[in-house]
Amino acid sequence: MAKTKVEGPLKNQGKVRYTLHLMRNNIGCYAMLAPFMILFTIFTIVPVIMSLPMGFTNFNMVQFPQFVGLSNFTTLFLNDDTFMIAVKNTLVMAIFTGPFSYVLSFFLAWLINEMHPALKTIFTFVFYAPSMTPSVYVIWQLLFSGDTYGYFNAVLLDLGIITSPIQWLTDTTYIFTVVVIVQLWISMGAGFLSLRAGFQNIDKTMYEAGAVEGIKNRWQELFSITIPSMGPQLLFAAVLQISAAFTVGTVGQSLVGLPSTDYVAHTVMNHATDYGTIRYEMGYASAICFVLFLAMLLVNQLINRLLAKYLD
Amino acid sequence: MGLSEKEKKKQEKAIKRLRKRQKNMDINKVHVKKRKRKSSSSLAGDIVIFIFLTLLGLFMIFPLYYAVIQSFKPVHELFVFPPKLYVLEPTLVNYSDMFKVASSLWVPLSRYIFNSVFVTVVVTISNIFVSCCAAFVLAKCKFPGAAAINKIIVTALLFTSSALWIMQFLVMATLNMIDTYWALILPSVATSMNLFLMRQSISTIHDSMIEAARVDGAGLFRICWQVVIPNSKPAMMTLLIFAFQAAWQVQGGSLIYSEELKTLPTIMQQVSASGIARQGVTFATAVLLMIPPLVIFMVAQGNVMETMANSGIKD
Repeated sequence: MAKTKVEGPLKNQGKVRYTLHLMRNNIGCYAMLAPFMILFTIFTIVPVIMSLPMGFTNFNMVQFPQFVGLSNFTTLFLNDDTFMIAVKNTLVMAIFTGPFSYVLSFFLAWLINEMHPALKTIFTFVFYAPSMTPSVYVIWQLLFSGDTYGYFNAVLLDLGIITSPIQWLTDTTYIFTVVVIVQLWISMGAGFLSLRAGFQNIDKTMYEAGAVEGIKNRWQELFSITIPSMGPQLLFAAVLQISAAFTVGTVGQSLVGLPSTDYVAHTVMNHATDYGTIRYEMGYASAICFVLFLAMLLVNQLINRLLAKYLD
Repeated sequence: MGLSEKEKKKQEKAIKRLRKRQKNMDINKVHVKKRKRKSSSSLAGDIVIFIFLTLLGLFMIFPLYYAVIQSFKPVHELFVFPPKLYVLEPTLVNYSDMFKVASSLWVPLSRYIFNSVFVTVVVTISNIFVSCCAAFVLAKCKFPGAAAINKIIVTALLFTSSALWIMQFLVMATLNMIDTYWALILPSVATSMNLFLMRQSISTIHDSMIEAARVDGAGLFRICWQVVIPNSKPAMMTLLIFAFQAAWQVQGGSLIYSEELKTLPTIMQQVSASGIARQGVTFATAVLLMIPPLVIFMVAQGNVMETMANSGIKD
């Protein structure tokens, strides 16, 4: 709807001048875009891009950043054992909050879609509710409380399965599992809603046609009709899931403390938080963030390619 | 006369035949449906799925239910062993105690409530405003840079606040925003997800409507707010929910030092840190915090599903 009409003489002028002309004609568009783009640039683009140059410096938030070359990165990969633990933990957790949760939300969305409309509404609400609860940590903290008042301890003691309360949140045997459970519990977010809506939107006649063509059961229906027509939603959910998978840590941090006992639930994000906002070694924290962002982008590219290939 | 009667009869016959055929077709349809019901979604399957979903659903809802139940228990019921999943004498004493506990804090509870409500309202309104304006031009206008911005937005879906906040902390420190309301508000205003969802739903609106408004002499801003946005109400509601959720959870963390600028989630953590004796109050604050987003979502779920249907990423 923009005025893209090109007057005769303009056609012959250079591409730059043509673009400038278009820009002048669409000045209103830029004005409408400006408020969003300014804030978006400051709080999303700049933080992502800044992580690289800041990663080359030593910055303690007080003195002016000092250029230190690659030392942050070499320390990170060669001398920081905790970072290696964090990477390992992040990857293991990412399998649960990433692929596992992705398949689970797809599966749940599909099952819910088979239900009666009223049940659909209820189930969607039930599964989405945890992800919008701001009081998650405190509730789980009390459920997993280490004394006999913690719900799980009380139930297990009562049933005679254990004889003394378990320190769920500080005992290294349990911390990781507890964090993964809670992380999974809150993982049915916007991606899940998108998939739910995707199922609802599939043309019903496709299924009828499928039935005539001889599709026998739900599984066949799923793989030959449903999944191929949900490509865009699958991509959207994948992006959100990747983001969630790589940034695991906030839950653990509030649940089992930072750092957790023996770093058993320490993730890359926790590591960055530790250096950034506790030790004020912002340069090092930036280097960690940059590595994380890069990994996220690469995995996103990879998944997009794979999905696109599969869906086509 | 006779002929016409014959014709009539013929016609009737033809109609009957047609109806029969239609009926047959209907039968066929029903048949197909029945077959489909039997093979592709059996009743037994439905029941199994229902049971499975219910069990998993119970796991999902249990902590929330437990919080609600605990928050209504009087002290002597809170510490019964083993904990009961129901309450015999429901009481509001935990909720009123919340104010008592808060009165021992540096600033009154009302201040935390005010901060939370203030931040949430400002974030929600400004988020919707800037997202709608930007989404409209990105969806409906062609101008140099539009394609690039669209691509950036899709990529930026990856970088949620949980990934960015440390680097945002650095930016805000540079801009002297630490320990001000700005630090609580500004990072949540321009979110790629809301812009993306709004853009997707606006692009389903017909261009003819916008053309008509244009012919009538409306400017971009007026077209956006008087024609396009009123026709994207479900998307508006979705944005409202997402913006509200994000803002309602804002804690400040290392961004805020002053007690009088902190929000409700902070006080919940303080209360829970004060130990087992405050369990009832902790649950009461937890419930108070989780009610608003849940209620809003429950009311607007239909709208959200409608918007999310357009949420797919198409290359």
